[in-house]
Parts: sequence; C-alpha cells; structure tokens
Amino acid sequence: MDRLVFLTATGLARGLVVALFALSLVIVWRAARLVNFAQAAVATVAVFAAFAVTGATGSFWAGLGAALLAGAALNAAVERGLMRRVPSGSPLPGMIVAIGLVMVLQSALGIAFGPRHRPMAAAFDERPLVVGGVPLLSPYDLFVLVVALVVVGLLAWLFNGTSLGLQLRASAAAPEVSRLLGVRVPRMVTLGWALSGAVAALAALLLVPTELGLNAHSADLLFVHAFTVAVLGGLDSPAGALVGGVAVGLLVSLVTGYLGAGVAPLAVLALLTLVLLVRPGGIFAVGEVRAA
Amino acid sequence: MTPALAVEGLTVGYAGAPVLDELALTVAPGEIVALLGANGAGKTTLLRALSGLTAPRAGRVLLDGADLTAVSVEDRARRGLAQVPEGRSVVTELTVDGNLHLGALWRHPGRAARRAAVARTYELFEPLGRRRASLGHQLSGGERQMLALGRALLARPRVLLLDEPSLGLAPRVVAQLLGVLRAAARDTGLTVLLAEQNVTSALSVADRGVVLSLGVVVADAPAAELAGDPALRHAYLGF
Repeated sequence: MDRLVFLTATGLARGLVVALFALSLVIVWRAARLVNFAQAAVATVAVFAAFAVTGATGSFWAGLGAALLAGAALNAAVERGLMRRVPSGSPLPGMIVAIGLVMVLQSALGIAFGPRHRPMAAAFDERPLVVGGVPLLSPYDLFVLVVALVVVGLLAWLFNGTSLGLQLRASAAAPEVSRLLGVRVPRMVTLGWALSGAVAALAALLLVPTELGLNAHSADLLFVHAFTVAVLGGLDSPAGALVGGVAVGLLVSLVTGYLGAGVAPLAVLALLTLVLLVRPGGIFAVGEVRAA
Repeated sequence: MTPALAVEGLTVGYAGAPVLDELALTVAPGEIVALLGANGAGKTTLLRALSGLTAPRAGRVLLDGADLTAVSVEDRARRGLAQVPEGRSVVTELTVDGNLHLGALWRHPGRAARRAAVARTYELFEPLGRRRASLGHQLSGGERQMLALGRALLARPRVLLLDEPSLGLAPRVVAQLLGVLRAAARDTGLTVLLAEQNVTSALSVADRGVVLSLGVVVADAPAAELAGDPALRHAYLGF
C-alpha cells in the first residue's frame, strides 16, 4: 500500500511534466498543423543553455530563465527561418525539415559539449519526505508538481481568458478570416512556436536532473512519451494532452515499480495501440479530423 | 468631398485575360452601393483586391483618400476596411461569443468596453444572444451570416465589403440583414459595397447600383433607375 501511494505520487509529478511537453506539441500543431519532431532537440539545447548559465552564475533561477528564453528564441527562429518557407500542402516536407534540424542541433551540441553526460544538480532535495511512515514526494518532486500545475493553469488562462489567446486560436483555426479582422496572423504563428519552445524547454529542464541526465539526446525519451500522449489525447486537444500525460506518467511509474523499468516502454506502446484501435482520433477527438 | 472608397485603374489577373480591367469606382461616405453582375464578372475578385487578399497587377485603392497599395490585409482591417467573405466566414472552432470578441478587439479597448459592445450586438441580432456559447459549426446558415455581419460591424468599419450575404438564406433573414445594414448606413455613416446575385433585394436597399461585366463597369446609376431599366436587366443581370 505504501509503495502504491509512493509510486502514484511520483507518477503524478512525472506525468504532469510529460503533459507539459505534450502541450507544447499541441500548441505547435494548432498554430501550424505540424508535429514538430525537432521539439526534443530544441528543448535539449535550451537545457544546455540553462546548464551553462547556472554554471557561470551559480543560480538555478538564472538558468531556468535562460532555458525559457533559449527555447522560445530557438523555436521562433525555426519558424521564421525554416518552417515558414516549407510548402504547407502536405505534412511530409515540414516533418523532414524538422528531422534534419534534429541532426544539426544534436551534432552541434556534441561538438560544443562533447558526448558524455554532464552532471546537473536538482534545485531542491531529491530524498522523499516521509509522512506518517510512508515515503512520499521529495521537495524536488513537489517543486516539479507545483511548477507544472502553475504553467498548465497559465496556459489555460492565456488561451481561454485573454485577447491574445483569442487571436492565437483564431489564427490557427481560420488564418484568412483572422487577417480580415485585423489579427496579425504571421506574428501569432511565430508567437505560438516561441511559447511552445519555452514550455518544452521547461518540461525538459524539470526532468533532466532526476531522470533524463544531460547529454545531446536528453529529451528524446520525453519526446517519445509526449508524442504518445499527444496522439492519445488528440493533437488538437489541450485537455487531452493533460489527462493523457498524467495517465502515461502513472502507467510508467506503476509498471516500473511493480514489473521493472524494462517493461515500462512496452506498456506505453500497448496503451497507444489500444487507443488507436478503439479511438483512432484520440480519446478527446470531437467529430471528424479537421483538414490542414 | 473625398470619397470613402476610390478605385483607380485596378487590374487583376494575367495580361490578355484580366479578371479586372483598369476598373474605376468611387463610393461616397454613407452610401450603399450594390455591386451586380453575372458569375465570373469579377465581383468577388474586386472585393478581395480591395481588402488586400488578392494583389492587383496595377492600379490603386484609396480609403478616405489614403493610398492602401502598401498596406497589409491586417492593417486595412484596422484602418476601417471590413470584408465579410462569401460563405463560411465564421471561425467555426470559436464560440459565438469568441467570434464577436474577435471583431471587437481594435475599436473597443478594454475588457469591459468589449463586453458591452458585444452585448449590444446580441440586442441587434437576438438569435445570436440565445446561442452565445455555441461553437460556430453548430449554427444555421442564417445565424452564421448574422454572426459574420455582427462581427464586422463591431469593428466599426468605415467601409464594409459584403460578398453575397443572401446566399442560401430565407427571404425573411435576408430582409433582416439588409435592414440592419440600412440602419447602420443611416445612423453611423457606414459605407457599404454589397456584391449580390440577388439583384432585387440588393437594389431595394442600395442608393446606387454598379454593374460589372468581364471586369469592367458597364453601368453605374441610381438604384431605382437600374431596377426600372429592362434593357440593362436583360443584358447583364439575366432577368
């Protein structure tokens, strides 16, 4: 019973981070109708920026700020410099450009920082707090949980409660009509990419110290889980990304705890297969899939 | 008086087969002009060139005397040139309320002002008030057209371009929409360019009619005169 509580608590914290990364994929999908396969590489570059800044200043918070800025700036540059010029008729060119970008970024990181893992300390204590004899979350897990919840709340407020969010949603759904209403659509698309880059960078940064470790491929596994989540929840659905992320986090945590770490990836794939068989559009899909 | 909208030598399309051929047109402030003509006469192309969605090969568009040639679609809208495109111009993923707030963004700064402006639109179009939380794709054709028109009016445009607002709608709904237009022109000095296949109802609300054929203006006369000219009707309007 104690073990179940512990695994559930850590799975929840981990799942929220996966949900954050999945949300970042959903944001790009809604802005550009594109699955950004370069999201993990961009996030890893941002985490290295945090690593460098924290190393130079000694401040975790300065590093966190640097990661958010780097993720946003890099994704904005990717949209302005590359994706805007990619023909939008079919999803394939954008995907191929993104995969090419992954190779470039990961090679650049390898050249700059070398292939070995870098040590990156967590900002808070990683030992679980014991409540009434039951080991629960560590202070760092709590930090991750709170940050993820706050960011999810902020994103929901941004998209549903502000005029900027209204413009972001309108630009994604109906670009031409939005322009006729005075919305600067190209700027909104860039903004969507930048926002997505910052969220992905944050998610990766939260998980690197405890789980992923820092090297050029740090965020790859996170991307695989988040992509599964985004497909589970439906790429168009932020709520789906959130619920799917938590579900996958719990699943991975419980399977790892009871059956071993080797089985966890299989469990995720089994879940993905099951959902694709039962609801191919994703659990939260409404009606027919909208054409690009 | 400076025209609200002036078009000079506007040419769109390829040399040898222009869609619009050195077209010239002026619309006075507060005037409602019906833009008539058969399918393919160039009505939609003219409206798209005015709003900036289609780039002309030559010619100029002036809004209150200011040249719009180098002005983007977005900035034309913010300067007071509103277009309601034909058919599905409602953002179907947003609610009725979201669509209307989108129209109110620039002319009603502040959350309270926007909400008040949207509330006035619900009074103007009662069916929308009952469906404010519905998504765009759940609306009927008439409700969508009301939403598109209400949203355009929320931007308090100087000039409103309407493309076939009556298409597929019941006569009662068409009459209501045209009544709102008439009132807006009378009360706020709104200038309207109304492209229509439905000649009778368009001329009933317009001050003036302009007939396009193969990209040029072939008739430009007061609405009553056009409606009573059988030769013209036969030649260009097909009835």
